[in-house]
Amino acid sequence: MSNRIDVKKTYKLFINGAFPRTESGRTYEIKSAKGVFIANPCQASRKDLKDAVVAARAAQPGWNKASAYNKGQILYRLAEMLEGRRAQFVDEITSVTGVTKIKAEKEVTESVDRLVWYAGWTDKLSSLSGALNPVAGPYYNFTIPESMGVIAAIAPETPSLLGLIDSIAPIIVGGNTVIVLASTKAPLSAMSFAEVIATSDVPAGVINILTGKKDEIAPWMASHMDIDGLDISGLAPKTHGEVRVAGAENLKRIYSFKSADPGRILAFLENKTVWHPIGL
Amino acid sequence: MSYYGLVDGSDASLKGFLKTLSGVDQVGADARAAMLATRSIKTTSKRWAIDTAISMVDLTTLEGADTPGKVQALCTKAVRPDPSDSTVPSVGAVCVYNDMVGIARQHLDLIGGGHVGVAAVSTAFPSGRASIEVKIQDTKDALDAGASEIDMVIDRGAFLSGKYIDVFNEIVLIRELCGKRAHLKVIFETGELVTYDNVRKASFLAMVAGADFIKTSTGKVAPAATPPVVLVMLEAVRDFYAMTQVRIGVKPAGGIRNTKDAIKQLVLVNETAGPEWLTPSLFRIGASALLNDLLMQRMKMDDGYYASPAYVTID
Repeated sequence: MSNRIDVKKTYKLFINGAFPRTESGRTYEIKSAKGVFIANPCQASRKDLKDAVVAARAAQPGWNKASAYNKGQILYRLAEMLEGRRAQFVDEITSVTGVTKIKAEKEVTESVDRLVWYAGWTDKLSSLSGALNPVAGPYYNFTIPESMGVIAAIAPETPSLLGLIDSIAPIIVGGNTVIVLASTKAPLSAMSFAEVIATSDVPAGVINILTGKKDEIAPWMASHMDIDGLDISGLAPKTHGEVRVAGAENLKRIYSFKSADPGRILAFLENKTVWHPIGL
Repeated sequence: MSYYGLVDGSDASLKGFLKTLSGVDQVGADARAAMLATRSIKTTSKRWAIDTAISMVDLTTLEGADTPGKVQALCTKAVRPDPSDSTVPSVGAVCVYNDMVGIARQHLDLIGGGHVGVAAVSTAFPSGRASIEVKIQDTKDALDAGASEIDMVIDRGAFLSGKYIDVFNEIVLIRELCGKRAHLKVIFETGELVTYDNVRKASFLAMVAGADFIKTSTGKVAPAATPPVVLVMLEAVRDFYAMTQVRIGVKPAGGIRNTKDAIKQLVLVNETAGPEWLTPSLFRIGASALLNDLLMQRMKMDDGYYASPAYVTID
């Protein structure tokens, strides 16, 4: 290498399609598995969460109205963009977590495949989870899944990229918008994934990514009246109780998941039943 | 009319007076407004600012699609902005088109909102393009229906082509019509006045002609109440007070949608005109969406967690 000075990346938040610094000005240090300093990502504050919720709420009707076909295309586009930047993600995963390059490559491959898998679900949801109900009267009675609104999610610590995708994709598949808190120890791939989102036709505000401390942000997410659901898969089980209590105050749906399956998509959908008169 | 002894009502004296006004340093005004916008207002000060801002709101609906039902709902909200919390003050006034004034006044009186004023937009709002007879009739209608405040627009075309005396005479005429029955607010539509010099000129012209309030915009043109424009107008009322010992009110309208914007306006008032202006009789904020955000911020301060728009009324 020459005497060139490194161009270090500033890791910022991703709110409403833009990359702001945290309003609080706080950062925290992350280090590699060997203890070497890597970066100073933002430590998001309650106001950052509030801004993200405002953005997600504003974006929700538009995203909900997009056709299933269109949503699927956009999710697939995310996979395309991620595929094109494999090397960067492999680097970031290995530098922070210390896993081997082969393992990191496997995670990125799985992440791309997972996005493609979720993309396929958008136009199959209503036929598979909806129903035509037999009723004793002159009505067509059918049930279709509808989006809940704004959902917050806490991504698991590891795997940092695949876990993030499992926190984002199932929520937005059905027309919800999401605010996700990335892995605290390994947030680099999350912030780089924000760059993938920014270049792949996802409307501003549909996906918002925060970095920071889980114990700090989880209770704010739970008590915020304008968040309709919360995915706490990435939260230590001992703190689940406290978060569920805070969320009970505003009847928030709070779930924790162990794997990627269609149930994860359906958890944040509500069933709407329509009675349509016939024979009139 | 004495016009505060500053002009005698003739074209020459008005032009002479407006020539004595100093120009506005545009870069300086922008920088000062931006600097004041960085003030951080927290805890008890924020609480005070939210309540003060609520009491200063002119709750506005100026849509072609307005109906009596919508205006009545707006009046109900004006009197008790948060039905679940009686400590929330009433807003300053409701602001409607002139055919809705009677409906608004009647409904306000019916629900115990006698203290809430009804402001009517007048003189061919929002463009101001009509004959003087039409403008007079427009204002008379609103006054007869019970308007306690008249928000008139100036003829921007005349102002920009230098026919200051026409604008002046129109304001004087409407002022006479209002008499003691109603406050007169003069709307400049600062987005169409192009320069801060013009805003300052228009402010003095309106104040000398007898305005009780000067108001930035109709809300139909962007940009509307930007902080530097409000700063220039606040400096004008401050200077006018120094000349005449009379305090004229200021009403920014348009583009103030959230609590942060509203608090920025209050900081501008306090730092420019002075704390005497921090009262609904000298400062109003024309808005519709702002009130909900103020209420949600207030709930947040009470409850400790962020509120949802689902818990405040839609309009």
